[in-house]
Amino acid sequence: MSCCETSTDLKGAASGSLSFASRLDEERLRAASRPLEGMQHQSDFIVADMHCAACIGTIERGLLSMPQVCSVRANLTNRTVSVVWDADQGSGSEIMNFLKRLGFEANLHFPGEATSQLVDEAGGRLLKALAVAGFAAANIMLLSVSVWSGADAETAKLFHLISGLIAVPAVAYAGQPFFTSALKALTVRRLNMDVPISLAVVLALAMSIFESVTNGSDAYFDAAVTLLFFLLIGRYLDHLMRQRARGAVDRLVQLTSKGGVLIGEGKNPHYIDLAEISEGMRLRVNPGERLPVDGIVVCGSSDIDRALVTGESNTITCQPGDRLEAGVLILTGSIDVTATTDASNSFLAEISAMMDAAEQGRGQYVGIADRMAQIYAPAVHVLALLTFVGWMIYTGGDWHSSIYVAISVLIITCPCALGLAVPVVHVIGAHQLMRRGIMMRDGTAFERLAEVSTIAFDKTGTLTMGEPLVADSDGLDTINERLAKSLAGHSSHPAARAVAAHLDVAHSVALSGVEEVPGFGVEARYRGKLVRLGRAVWVAEIAAADAANARSSGVAFAMQDEVICNFVLEDRLRPGAGQTVKSLTASGLEVEIVSGDHSSTVAAVAKVLGIEKQSCGMTPAEKIHHIQVLQQSGTQVLMVGDGLNDAPALAAAHVSMAPASASDVGRLASDFVFTRPGLDAVLTARAIALKTGQLVRQNFAFAIFYNCIAVPLAIAGQITPLIAAIAMSTSSIVVIANSMRLNFYKDRIIQRPQTNATSLRLDAASSTDQTPAGRVAA
Amino acid sequence: MSHLLILIPLALALGALGLAAFFWSLRSGQYDDLEGASVRILDKESEDTPI
Repeated sequence: MSCCETSTDLKGAASGSLSFASRLDEERLRAASRPLEGMQHQSDFIVADMHCAACIGTIERGLLSMPQVCSVRANLTNRTVSVVWDADQGSGSEIMNFLKRLGFEANLHFPGEATSQLVDEAGGRLLKALAVAGFAAANIMLLSVSVWSGADAETAKLFHLISGLIAVPAVAYAGQPFFTSALKALTVRRLNMDVPISLAVVLALAMSIFESVTNGSDAYFDAAVTLLFFLLIGRYLDHLMRQRARGAVDRLVQLTSKGGVLIGEGKNPHYIDLAEISEGMRLRVNPGERLPVDGIVVCGSSDIDRALVTGESNTITCQPGDRLEAGVLILTGSIDVTATTDASNSFLAEISAMMDAAEQGRGQYVGIADRMAQIYAPAVHVLALLTFVGWMIYTGGDWHSSIYVAISVLIITCPCALGLAVPVVHVIGAHQLMRRGIMMRDGTAFERLAEVSTIAFDKTGTLTMGEPLVADSDGLDTINERLAKSLAGHSSHPAARAVAAHLDVAHSVALSGVEEVPGFGVEARYRGKLVRLGRAVWVAEIAAADAANARSSGVAFAMQDEVICNFVLEDRLRPGAGQTVKSLTASGLEVEIVSGDHSSTVAAVAKVLGIEKQSCGMTPAEKIHHIQVLQQSGTQVLMVGDGLNDAPALAAAHVSMAPASASDVGRLASDFVFTRPGLDAVLTARAIALKTGQLVRQNFAFAIFYNCIAVPLAIAGQITPLIAAIAMSTSSIVVIANSMRLNFYKDRIIQRPQTNATSLRLDAASSTDQTPAGRVAA
Repeated sequence: MSHLLILIPLALALGALGLAAFFWSLRSGQYDDLEGASVRILDKESEDTPI
């Protein structure tokens, strides 16, 4: 059968047949690179571990020494390396391997990914607009100052004309971001902050041109342009923050299986894109890869890790005939699967459909700036109109002065301070978070986080690290220790990694005939004797028949006919988990666990942390439902989770957080991503969110106070261009200065989390419904 | 009045020169990697021209 014919091939792939792997890499690399002249290609790599000048030097000089590399440029801001290479001189996948040898994990950047644009076009446009506005504002202000300080009438007229000549093209260019946004809002019959801004700028400009031409005394050219300048600063900062946060999160997206390896009749296995996978195709998945679509195992067997998919902390073993969901991690052996769905119908797609539905609710959240705009914009327009009508009646139909006063009302109320109040605080807040290892995706997340009253935690990978550790073991002599460590090094199973990390010996031992037996463990021969590391029962088969030390569960190591050595594995809590939960409860928040894992393991964690409310065995749909029920009853929920199964709940919750170790989908669904292991990130983010909320409210209070003084003056017709210029600049500076106070923010409540993670005996709590002791070593 | 005819165009020309220089620096990619630029200065052998 075809199964047998491929099985030799399978072995080759499992043991890392280089030519096969690198051919696939090469295909992937070509697909992601941009062709230049001749055989030259440009490829972008994401290198997350690049930190300093030495890293840049090592990478650039290292790569330049390769014959196929024509030029290299490392970008530290984006953490990317652009390489131009010649396919005639050598292969591109060698570049990636070389980077790995230099000690940098490199991922390929796919230019088609809309989420991670390397070139930030919108930012560039804003920056250019800002530069033009700055140039115009500086020059016009110089001319205006001479007019205000008493230039004679002729000079003043000349200066007004020059100002006008600068201001008109400058406004036409730099005002575009506001004009387009205002037009867009108006076409759907809404008002946003850009409508009064655009109106004030255009009217001020039009009136000033009229005044200059008709030899009037006052012109507002400087007001119109400085207004744009200040507002563009706010707009650019806002953009910068979003771009940075988005980039930071996207960079974390590992290059997971974006496609699969197709194997078929008579053809060489080759890599195909995710979109090309269709039902019935046979795919090969190697250890360390995730399944791209749902499928049924047809050949081979392996231990698989479903922690990110279902939240189960225990690995399971799959056999031919088993059905697997897209996204599961293959641990110990290559398997062939028949795709049961194409990419658009897989479990992953189902999850993202659920997320889209859940996210609609949050999309309707209106940030405080927009809520202000909804009140402010109509109020300003009505006020200007009333002023105009009032002055028409008062002066008995003097069009000119009535319009003049109405426009000065528009200019003075223009939300300069308001436009800066929110973005500046958010930029500084996001910067503070980033310094503490927390990345933010959206400014309104601060506001939403401050409103939260219930916090729902996922268990596996969120409250716990999701990685087992060896808590206890029988003693081993040196040679056995070396043997066990060498054997563990041959497997990527979490239990084997835990054993390898636990054994602190340097020298490795040469083993022969290493074989991984899915579901049992890994075995090899040392000087003709069999050694095994894995499931205790399986290891006991070869060990000396000394029942005293044998256990029925857990992970063990033994050499043929010698004493067995047991390892007790535990999952451990995230550092600072206990303290975080305690602080959150102390500040009056409800804390609960929403997990997809079995009740016994959930209860064990809940007991250690002192969390009373817990739900277990929940499917993604149940998690969404649970959160929606809570939110409909008026409590806003912060969801902290990492798995694929948490992703819909993360999207449904009022605000969400994920650790950097989370699944790609989960991470993209969250507002905050914390990169340090400690769970105290939740406390930090909340503390900073509360602080930014406070500062934003102060800024608004100041802006309202400023309007209370300036607006009556404007309505009374007492505002001159000089007063307008001073008032606008002062209010902006005060708002920025107040926002800068966030830079001095120190976390007082948060102490450093204790370095030794609290251990959690999962095997003790685990019931009989799953593999006892959880981990089956491989 | 007459010196204004020289001084004002001069002031504007200098301002425009600055603006042009900024646009040039933006286009030549000098704002693409601000963090990198700040550490590259410490590296003696580093190349300064972006690709």
